[in-house]
Amino acid sequence: MTLITTTLETYKEKLPKAIIEQIALLVPETITKAKLDKICENVLEEYVSAQVESGDSVGLIGAESIGEPGTQMTLNTFHFAGVSEMNVTTGLPRLIELLDARKKISTEITEVFLKKEFNNAESVKRYASMIKETLLKDYLEEVSLDMAELKLIVKLNKQRMDLVDLKPVQVAKMLEKALKNYKIGVEEFTLTIVQSSTKDADFFSLYKLKEGIKKVYVNGIKGITQVLPVKKGSDYVIMTAGTNLKDLYKLEFVDTFRTFSNSVAEVEKILGIEAARSLIVDELMKVIESQGLNVDVRHIMLIADTMCMSGTVLGINRYGVVKEKPSVLARASFETPIVHLINAAMAGEVDTLRSVIENVMINQPIPVGTGTVKLKVK
Amino acid sequence: MEQIVEKKISQIIFGVMSPKQIKDNAFAKVVTPELYDKEGYPVDGGLMDVRLGVIDPGLRCKTCGQKLKECPGHFGYVELARPIVHIKFASLILDILRTTCNTCSRTLIPDEKRSSYTKELEVISKEGSLTDRRDRIKEIVAELRTINKCPHCEAKQEKITIDKPTTFLEGERRLSPIELRSRFEKIPDKDLRLYGIDASNFRPEWSILTILPIPPVTMRPSITLESGERSEDDLTHKLGDIVRINQRLFENINAGSPEIVIEDLWDLLQYHITTFFDNEVSQLPPARHRSGQPLKTITSRIKSKEGRIRHNLAGKRTNFSARTVISPDPMLDINEVGVPSVIAMKLTVPERVTSWNADYLKKFIENGPKKYPGANYLIRPDGKRKKITDETREQLLEELQPGFIVERHLMDGDISVFNRQPSLHRMSMMSHKVRVLPGLTFRLNPAVIAPYNADFDGDEMNLHIPQTEEARIEAEQLMEVETQLISPRYGLSIIACRQDSISGNFLLTREGFSLTRNEAIDLLAAANIYDFDRLPKKETVTGKEIFSVLLPKDFNYRGFSKRYSKDPKDPDALVHIKNGLLVSGVMDANNLGEGSGLLLRTIHKQYGKDVIVGILSKMNMLGNEVLMHYGLTFSISNLDLLGDGKKLVEQTIKKAEVEVVNIINKFKAGTLEVQPGRSERETLELTILEVLNRARNDCGRIVEDTARQDSSLMHMVRSGAKGNVIQLAQMAALTGQQAFRGGRISKGYARRTLSCFRKDDLGSSARGFVANNFHKGLAPHELFFMAMTGRDSLMDTALRTPKSGYLYRRLANALQDLVVRGDQSVREASGKIVQFSYGEDGVDVAKSEAGRINIKRVVDAVLEG
Repeated sequence: MTLITTTLETYKEKLPKAIIEQIALLVPETITKAKLDKICENVLEEYVSAQVESGDSVGLIGAESIGEPGTQMTLNTFHFAGVSEMNVTTGLPRLIELLDARKKISTEITEVFLKKEFNNAESVKRYASMIKETLLKDYLEEVSLDMAELKLIVKLNKQRMDLVDLKPVQVAKMLEKALKNYKIGVEEFTLTIVQSSTKDADFFSLYKLKEGIKKVYVNGIKGITQVLPVKKGSDYVIMTAGTNLKDLYKLEFVDTFRTFSNSVAEVEKILGIEAARSLIVDELMKVIESQGLNVDVRHIMLIADTMCMSGTVLGINRYGVVKEKPSVLARASFETPIVHLINAAMAGEVDTLRSVIENVMINQPIPVGTGTVKLKVK
Repeated sequence: MEQIVEKKISQIIFGVMSPKQIKDNAFAKVVTPELYDKEGYPVDGGLMDVRLGVIDPGLRCKTCGQKLKECPGHFGYVELARPIVHIKFASLILDILRTTCNTCSRTLIPDEKRSSYTKELEVISKEGSLTDRRDRIKEIVAELRTINKCPHCEAKQEKITIDKPTTFLEGERRLSPIELRSRFEKIPDKDLRLYGIDASNFRPEWSILTILPIPPVTMRPSITLESGERSEDDLTHKLGDIVRINQRLFENINAGSPEIVIEDLWDLLQYHITTFFDNEVSQLPPARHRSGQPLKTITSRIKSKEGRIRHNLAGKRTNFSARTVISPDPMLDINEVGVPSVIAMKLTVPERVTSWNADYLKKFIENGPKKYPGANYLIRPDGKRKKITDETREQLLEELQPGFIVERHLMDGDISVFNRQPSLHRMSMMSHKVRVLPGLTFRLNPAVIAPYNADFDGDEMNLHIPQTEEARIEAEQLMEVETQLISPRYGLSIIACRQDSISGNFLLTREGFSLTRNEAIDLLAAANIYDFDRLPKKETVTGKEIFSVLLPKDFNYRGFSKRYSKDPKDPDALVHIKNGLLVSGVMDANNLGEGSGLLLRTIHKQYGKDVIVGILSKMNMLGNEVLMHYGLTFSISNLDLLGDGKKLVEQTIKKAEVEVVNIINKFKAGTLEVQPGRSERETLELTILEVLNRARNDCGRIVEDTARQDSSLMHMVRSGAKGNVIQLAQMAALTGQQAFRGGRISKGYARRTLSCFRKDDLGSSARGFVANNFHKGLAPHELFFMAMTGRDSLMDTALRTPKSGYLYRRLANALQDLVVRGDQSVREASGKIVQFSYGEDGVDVAKSEAGRINIKRVVDAVLEG
């Protein structure tokens, strides 16, 4: 081991990994032991002196750090990103959506990365069209109604089907699954649909079916409505509008380590709470950076941690984080005070006045900052 | 000495009062709706009974014997003729009815399954509320009740419905409150425990009122109008209705009136009591004044922004504060505030008389309230407050002895807290030192405008004077401007140079700027800088050398100027400060501006707040002084393009327009290459937008290159003091595409934007492309397009403010209890850990350098030194 690594090893407990790595990067190979020790000592001193003080009201500062730039954000979701970009909700609406922990977000997007062996220009286009949810209407050449025989004749477009390796039999199967009481006949690229029991065959329902079959799901991944293959650095990536991670992960060409969506609720369900937390942090940072604002990650992490503390993602609203507060008065001071007071009365709740707002209400020092300190000896 | 009380209230227990408790706590039984007798004296047994407290001066409370303002008021009660459902418990009543037996009143859960469910319910109430618990019981009962029989007494159960707001039906039959009560009375305590209700604290039958508490008179005071008429409070009105109908009901019951009459009165009483608690129940018409405006009853008193909780409890008002218009004064220090003498003579600071300062304080009393610096009040040790007037002055002077408190006028150097709303971050409230000045406005150094987000177009600000030693120390130590230089949002200086001082320092430190030594000294002296020995002893000195006088002698720094991204080889691109000398690089917004660059942050870190404050104010002065000496002006000719600039711009616009026409033709011919996932029309719009925006950016670059390089306009843009390349282009070349609702302008008249265009014209100018610049002037249609987007952005601002305000409120409410504890963990109020170490490394952003520890600086310092 070199001098640098051995010296830095002794600081492993005292300094965060990132700082140690940076020292190693900045220090020249030929450094003397004395100088290296001096550097480490000084860095440690800087690090210790930059620590938060106990009693620091980091929560409110975090809220300020998001709330204040929030007033400078645009409401417009629009941006001149150009032709080859997905239109994503950004700005204040996205910020609100994230902090609310909405289940259904306004623009769901997945960036599908491909495994190494599939990562090339030709396959990305093919896989993109395979992923996209397609309905029968995407493959239709023509639909005609045979009134004499009471049957529907569906002609499929060979070209489009070949593009995604789709066989008419498969289409027929999907149709059979979707339509009950109908029999499907396959002949090359022509399907014939007849009612299974000829007894109550009627023209009218067949006529309705002519429109109805257009919406039958054929292949692709349900929920993915748009695909856009793009090149990102050395990677070919499929951007999708709409998301369905559960099914995407089953595909052999999808790199499951790097593929995820921008929906916190979905990521939480499929990848777990830690993934959700880290997604919240990333997405919040993205919104803030896209607006050209500068907010430190620590504030964002604190918000994400608060939202994920209970093990499920809670929104910053009266149904989420605020509802979890232990103090009756703190909850009542936010929204719907009467409900909280009545329920507290029935349950015989006790407010121990340990958070900020109750102490403001009763004119006592708040348990933050200089208020955390009490006099033991008078 | 006053006694120090550590904590008066340690906890608040919530509960429901039983009828017995209501009666025990009451001091009067109200039996008549009358308020006053003929003489105007409160009627005994009326709603304004003197036993309930007094609101008239001169009267004494019969309960506590105290006068107005001393007596806190006392509760009374009304005995209701028939039980009444309490509206706020209606949902509970319904839930309990649905989950208990109609005959034996047991919960419809068999005993053998009970314990397993109890466990589950305990978990629910640990995580959720009582309502969640009730919902789960409902589910359990619904699951269990395969046959509609009670598992305990086998009685057949019927479906319970609610006819909102307060009528309960079993099948078709109406359940009277009397029946409800008797059913609830039979519920055993152990069953109540299932619902999370402790029977000693609350029993469900208490939610059916038999006795109504009458709130004290003091919480519903009447006001006397000018005409001498009395106007009663809304609550008194409502209570009057209740008592009147209650008496009628009693009389009718006693007289044995027909059931229908009694039922009607009963329902009416129910209505009045319901609206007494909540006048905004959706199914009921709100009770109104004769004027038609709805009464404000208990619920509306408590809830919402104007309600008791948010208005009076969570928000407080203060004394010893002032508010007036602000104006700039660059001669003040950064941490000073200029206070008008009129205000200084109204706001006071209490000073306790001791044997050492008695003579000093006497002078204030001698001056009195009208002569500055004087004093307004004298507080005697027994707490009596004496106003100092010409008449009382002599006597008070004689009386004065240690232990008295003198409230003297505000003086230079006093601590104050200065604030501008909206107070979005902690730098919106900072402590300044008072400077008493003539005039009527608050004066502040323009450098502190940024954290307050203030300007001088009529903004007003507030000033508070802390009244105790503790408060003054906290304000000074924690809130003073020097301590707030670094924004905790991003760890960089938020108080820095702005506008003119940036342009000034930019001009000064540019490569090639030099002055004779005498001129330099003149400049420095004008900026209040007198360290002339730091100027090199030679005939001519460069601007960089003049600027270096401000820097600490042993300061080393490496950074970049704005120029770096354009041309890294420019001599001004790399900022290098060696041993307090600016060797290379120009000072621009990247180094001096707020929230950018590490220059100011590094000085702050290395030399402390006092040094940086000094440097900052000198820097500002120097920048302004440079402009005062050498001028910075703006003229239309600044927008002239030199050489072939104009032609280039025209070509660029022409090229873009031709390209747009080509794209439209392709679109019409159907040969436009469609982007994946987009329709043809969308592709068209997006491609056109891209072309036109590229044209504007290109023009910006042309303007930047071909406009006169040494004009004031260019200086401002180059230094980052104000303006950017796009704005340059808009003035000198082209204004560009007007974006509206995320695309080109497409709405207006049928199939066209303005009536001067042909229908379905997709061309650039017909869809909001403004090809003219502000210098040349706009064409009429272009003006309309600009007005459209202008109004759109106005609307955007108007809609955004409340939205982001609400988001901020929610965030602040959710996070306000998170505090760093002694073990460096971040915890919420009850002690649950949110983060084991703040921000994963425990670094305070406000103490960091842009969110990091600047390791490079430390390493360089050791390696070089």
